[in-house]
Amino acid sequence: MEPFIKKGNITGESYLIVGLFLLFSGLLFGLTGSLQYIIPGFLKSYLSFEKVRPLHVSSVVFWILSGATGSVFVYLAQHTKREASTGFIKTQFYLFFASVVVILGSYMIGIFGGREYWEFNPVLAVPLMAVCLLFLVHVVKSIRSLRQQPVYVWMWLTGAIFLLFTFIESNLWVFPYFSRNVVNDMTIQWKSYGSMVGAWNMLIYGSSMFLMDKISGSDTSSHSKTAFLLFFTGLFNLMFNWGHHIYTLPTHGYIKHISYAVSMTELFILGRIIYNWSATVNKSKRYFHHLSFRFLLAADVWVFLTLLLAILMSVPGINRYTHGTHITVAHTMGATIGINTFILLAIAADILTSNCRFSVPQRKFINRGFWLTNISLLLFWCSLMVAGILKAKWQMSNHNIPFSSMMLQLKPWFFAFFISGVMLLSGFSLIIFPVLKNIFSCYSKREKNITFHEFSHYSSTKTIPVH
Amino acid sequence: MYYKILVNIQIKDKFVLKYLLYLFMFSDKAKLLVFLTLLTAFSVYSTLLYINLPATATSKQCNTDALRGKQLWQAHNCNACHQVYGLGGYLGPDLTNVYSKKGTAYITAFLKNGTAIMPNFHLSPEEIKSLLSYLQHIDASGTADPKHFTTNNYGAIH
Repeated sequence: MEPFIKKGNITGESYLIVGLFLLFSGLLFGLTGSLQYIIPGFLKSYLSFEKVRPLHVSSVVFWILSGATGSVFVYLAQHTKREASTGFIKTQFYLFFASVVVILGSYMIGIFGGREYWEFNPVLAVPLMAVCLLFLVHVVKSIRSLRQQPVYVWMWLTGAIFLLFTFIESNLWVFPYFSRNVVNDMTIQWKSYGSMVGAWNMLIYGSSMFLMDKISGSDTSSHSKTAFLLFFTGLFNLMFNWGHHIYTLPTHGYIKHISYAVSMTELFILGRIIYNWSATVNKSKRYFHHLSFRFLLAADVWVFLTLLLAILMSVPGINRYTHGTHITVAHTMGATIGINTFILLAIAADILTSNCRFSVPQRKFINRGFWLTNISLLLFWCSLMVAGILKAKWQMSNHNIPFSSMMLQLKPWFFAFFISGVMLLSGFSLIIFPVLKNIFSCYSKREKNITFHEFSHYSSTKTIPVH
Repeated sequence: MYYKILVNIQIKDKFVLKYLLYLFMFSDKAKLLVFLTLLTAFSVYSTLLYINLPATATSKQCNTDALRGKQLWQAHNCNACHQVYGLGGYLGPDLTNVYSKKGTAYITAFLKNGTAIMPNFHLSPEEIKSLLSYLQHIDASGTADPKHFTTNNYGAIH
């Protein structure tokens, strides 16, 4: 059993390391894009906005996918202690890594052909589909049985199934049957995207539950009735609530009604967060010294804000105002940075430092980074919300102010999101680079000093050092 | 006496209900049943949607020229800056109904020259014609103006 734990961890670590570089590149391109909002024509000849936006979005999406799959590799190995083929895992990693490099490279030189969020040529979707398939096979082979399994195993399995399904579905447009009409095309596009976000959330939330069990030293919560009730509520939403993206599209009415009704079941999740608030505060007092827990706690706060906004936006009468405005962007940023990235950083801090403790200066940097990212994300979120409210007002007014004049009115808020973007990049750099420096110096020490037995012991143990 | 029987039945019922709930939430078979039921419902929903897409009439489909325009739209990643039905980028305006609102001459001027922000993609007259065809197809599919909708008492829009 032990050799797999070693192999599994190395692959999982590789995914997380590549992911951290992708996160940094996503932040850099995001900042470049925000500069293009305040300086029209900035870098237009070399890196115009139609290149910068997919570079930013895809880097962040690949960071999330890379971090999510990496965490599942490591935690699934720790949970099941089962062997898998090294070749199988390596093939998957290199295929993923090569696809990401080719895709980002093609964006740089302006080769597109896909649609929003997957702008690459559809040929490049084939290796990514293979990666999703290999990942599903790996998860199924590792789990083997669902008997007495905690909720996070169900979540990983569900995430892997839906990641493959939704990725295939998002490429159905290559068949004219689906894409010959813009309404059909967009209906299927947003059906797949809505569920795909749910799929990667299943992987990430599953890993965060595993991590929380590790920190608390108890696995009762991941076997509880409430955990399964929340899981099935999440799955129900993953499958049927995607219609809230397309309320204004002239598609089938039943899609919108089902989505509206299903989205309201998220009130149950919101209610539970409020009900458990005092327990969360108590827990945070107990574990706040723990780096991973601190990121999980920050993600909890962002779950509350993002979920509240998501529920409001799922009411069609409100969505009518927020749709197509920066309020949607604020929601996306809250979800991808505040929730997904903070959870993945908690996981990265756990996995990448399981046998390498941070030095005192590194801890100081990370601590400052933690506070800086949270404060700047709040500023970033608020500036987008205000810009969104102003755009909503413009969309609903009858004064016929031209689009360019409206954009000029929003400029102070674009400037605010650029400044908070700079702070966000600085904050994340204070976290990413100490983590990477630590892991690289640890790799060289590990090769020299740590024996195989010690390494396997560290990797498989469920107790983690206090950082 | 009847009251006592009633209380007893209720207590028993409560016990049975709790027991069933316990079985339902904790038995692996029950979890699998819920999971497979949801999966089946999702498969049926997806299949029904695939075979009954919102716009099936031939008149509503892209013609060859519009299809070529769609390919160009994707090849130049127009969605990075522009929205269709409020979905897409935020740097440029929503283009769902630009065809009927601004007309072909206005759109052609932009496509030919670009702007301070939008690059000049050096499109040929045939390519501009195809893009216009695609924008016409989008325009004919409906309206994206949020003012066009009304909200009912339940929060739904029409």
